[in-house]
Amino acid sequence: MTQLFWEDFVEGSVADYGPRLVTSEEIVAFAAQFDPQPMHLDAEAARATMLGGLAASGWHTCALMMRIIVDGFLGRSASMGSAGVEEVRWLKPVRPGDLLTVRATVLEKRASNRRPDRGSIKFLMEVLNQSGDVVMTLRSPLMIGRRPAGDAG
Amino acid sequence: MRYFEDIQVGGAVVLGSHTFLADEIKAFASQFDPQPFHLDEAAAARSQFGGLCASGWHTVAMWMRLRIEWGRRDDADRRARGEPNAALGPSPGFRNLAWPRPVYAGDTITYATEVVETRLLSTRPGWGVIFSRCTGTNQHDDLVLSFLGTGFVERRP
Repeated sequence: MTQLFWEDFVEGSVADYGPRLVTSEEIVAFAAQFDPQPMHLDAEAARATMLGGLAASGWHTCALMMRIIVDGFLGRSASMGSAGVEEVRWLKPVRPGDLLTVRATVLEKRASNRRPDRGSIKFLMEVLNQSGDVVMTLRSPLMIGRRPAGDAG
Repeated sequence: MRYFEDIQVGGAVVLGSHTFLADEIKAFASQFDPQPFHLDEAAAARSQFGGLCASGWHTVAMWMRLRIEWGRRDDADRRARGEPNAALGPSPGFRNLAWPRPVYAGDTITYATEVVETRLLSTRPGWGVIFSRCTGTNQHDDLVLSFLGTGFVERRP
């Protein structure tokens, strides 16, 4: 499969990746390791909270989003990681049995001033459930390597 | 946890430390961020990171774990003193997350949090929102993580 370089991304492009099923076992396993609050661990305890029932940790949703996009396009890109995330909004609970897709919009491309071998791509990632609800949004610049000279692509 | 009305801006709290071992870096990455520099020492050495490093999502997930563990200890201390504990609600999100330096296998990260703002909401009576600067620092005192976290805290009944 051809590798994607910074040049291959188009501002304004939108693509969907996934879907990925989220099971209650996974929700509890992630929460037990990284976010051990009752609302992410136990359906009974979760009912009494603002989430109204067992829901994934927002950090788990972020991690799932990452897996979906690495599988979807980043794994075959000249990815150089990311310096950070501008904003994440956790809008709706992610429930056991939800099917998540990630809609990736290329907001902006910027070549690096200091490093000619890379550029940044600012993405909007929207995580949607099976009903089409947006459960999370994320805005982040990813660093992608530029096509090496002599690479016909 | 104190009730919203008793929470003050300032006063950084050290939550705890965690040493990131190569096996756990690879285990997290293979599940959630399977990029070569998080999975394989040789590939990582060839990358701009120069060595096996943790997914940024792993670095920040560990902040959360230590925050909740600290909260449990704080709640227990308060109960022992006869003080009531406020519930911590879910978070609506976070902003300005930066990963300024990689977390390499073997690094020990010390995590901290500091309240920077508190705000009442007309839409959620009974709850307030706190904004915190959340950080992770390695054993060389380099910042490896910072973000502006938000969370709902119960108001005094």
